[in-house]
Amino acid sequence: MTSREKILAAVKKNQPEEQPLPGLNFTAPADGVLEKFVSVLNAIGGAAHLVSGYNEVQQIIEKEYDTGKRIISLVPQLPGGMPDAGADPHSFEDVELLIISAPLAVAENAAVWITGEMIQHRVLPFITQNLAVIISRDSIVPLMQQAYEQIGDADYGFGLFIAGPSKTADIEQSLVLGAHGSRTMRVFIL
Amino acid sequence: MKKQEIFLMNNDIKDHAALAGIFNRDEPRVSWHDETLWWVRAKRDKAAHTIPDWEQLRETASQIKHNVLSNLSGYLQQFEENARKNGITVHWAADAAEHNEIVLGILQKHGVDKIVKSKSMLTEECHMNDYLQQKGIEVIDTDLGERIVQLAKEPPSHIVLPCIHKKKEEIGELFHEHLGTPEGNADPQYLTYAARLHLREKFLTRRVAMTGVNFAIAETGEFVVCTNEGNADMGAHLADVHIACMGIEKLVPRRKHLSVFLRLLARSATGQPITTYSSHFRKPREGQEMHIVLLDNGRSTQLGRKDFRNSLKCIRCGACMNTCPVYRRSGGHSYHTAVAGPIGSILAPNLDMRQYADLPFASTLCGSCSNVCPVKIDIHDQLYKWRQVLVQEGYSPKAKSLAMKGMTFTLSNPARYRLAGRAGRWALKNMPFIVHNKMNPWYKQREMPAPPKQSFREWYKENREK
Repeated sequence: MTSREKILAAVKKNQPEEQPLPGLNFTAPADGVLEKFVSVLNAIGGAAHLVSGYNEVQQIIEKEYDTGKRIISLVPQLPGGMPDAGADPHSFEDVELLIISAPLAVAENAAVWITGEMIQHRVLPFITQNLAVIISRDSIVPLMQQAYEQIGDADYGFGLFIAGPSKTADIEQSLVLGAHGSRTMRVFIL
Repeated sequence: MKKQEIFLMNNDIKDHAALAGIFNRDEPRVSWHDETLWWVRAKRDKAAHTIPDWEQLRETASQIKHNVLSNLSGYLQQFEENARKNGITVHWAADAAEHNEIVLGILQKHGVDKIVKSKSMLTEECHMNDYLQQKGIEVIDTDLGERIVQLAKEPPSHIVLPCIHKKKEEIGELFHEHLGTPEGNADPQYLTYAARLHLREKFLTRRVAMTGVNFAIAETGEFVVCTNEGNADMGAHLADVHIACMGIEKLVPRRKHLSVFLRLLARSATGQPITTYSSHFRKPREGQEMHIVLLDNGRSTQLGRKDFRNSLKCIRCGACMNTCPVYRRSGGHSYHTAVAGPIGSILAPNLDMRQYADLPFASTLCGSCSNVCPVKIDIHDQLYKWRQVLVQEGYSPKAKSLAMKGMTFTLSNPARYRLAGRAGRWALKNMPFIVHNKMNPWYKQREMPAPPKQSFREWYKENREK
């Protein structure tokens, strides 16, 4: 008998009588999702900007980041290099700023959802020193329940919720922003 | 005694009380450890109280996991089939030895002798690092806390906060020795940045990355890894080969069920609304090889133990440790098992009753663990039930069995009970050294109350006649 057969036989023999799955009905606050998203993002070390258009985003980017360094932009309206589809992921080691857009955001935890297909290279949002994300205020849902309803059975190779800059509190519970992933996260809300 | 000596002690059987005694020699450190973990517990409360549906979320999570356990064989096969369709290679390991051999086999196939690994309590359970090291493979732990304990040659003392027992000055010393940071620098910001640079080099040069798994979805064949640091992703997306290791109980039926668990996990663990990254790995990226190792290692046995199967619902948030008055004051290393604290104390005896017979007794049964558990595991009930099983199976310490027999002899006869009470009161008053000495564990860090003049029975008889 292989280990697979052995494990499956033991599990089948020992598992309890079938129990039904519960429903997922959770109350979502109807209003205030934008305010909630902004306040949670600030609390977890990110920054939110309510902007009227891409010009305003560009002005903030020029003010806040070192634009002399390598910038990758996956948003056509904002300047920056486009990654080569066949590039070695290691070649993004020197990226200072990654600009992406996300189709979905969650108010309760300030997470934004992206897939590998949207960013071409999965490593980009991690290896970049700084991350800027463009979202639309209409795309903010209150809870994770609505977020997964929207994601549905999407056929992605890699999916990702990002909430704030990478962080650690492993040394005496002192919060430090910028562990291994991006050191800052700015969300521009159109 | 230094921390390392605990692990070098060549005792066959380790004992929580004895190891806790070593931890308790440094009183200010115990107080600091206690307060730090309580602070994390308080953050958990604050986060939980912001969710009006919190109790409903816990109940739903518990029921989903109950469904998973009741159809685990079906979900495992469904997951395997879907993961294979997604291009992932699925391996099955009956025990720790087989798990480690599978991993080594993949590394040897690729001719790799250096790897990076993000946090995985399962590889701790399998003692995989030691095994691979003996085979000439260098494993670099990339979670900051895990890297720190790795440099200190210690195991993690907490499943979420691996070096919670260490002071920043000790970490500064370690980094000075191993990473060349200036002597005496113990600034967390500075040390974290030094680790970022040190580990970035590892991420960029290692061809194989290992990760753990927080949740695996039967319906889609994908798995989710949650980190704050981004270390799992830095490893996995830069490596040619990604090996993810998981216990067979990590499954959830559908993708939408993640909405329940991701709302509970980080809030219960650290009080954050969600971890910075929740990565859903479904297919290897182009040109990459992806492996999943499914490990049993006693889980199917635990599934068959009616009183203890609920322990398999655990999502490894660590809330039961942060709230536990015994864990906070005895430290994670006193549990001498990969998963410490209350949950570890109900998981470990399933693997080896003799080796872990002490752990279910390392509890006050106060029930706080059960109250904070996000999947509503009846932890303190199970601790109590393990005690019955261990005594029945003959694993209780001889001294305790003898003491219990003595108690039964005394308490089962009113005359003997009265005599023993009088003798005890007399001894406490006239010969306190008989009980107030090092042989009596009740006197450790404790003063006993003054002996009463008479028993309640004597008082009642006297006063009733008045």
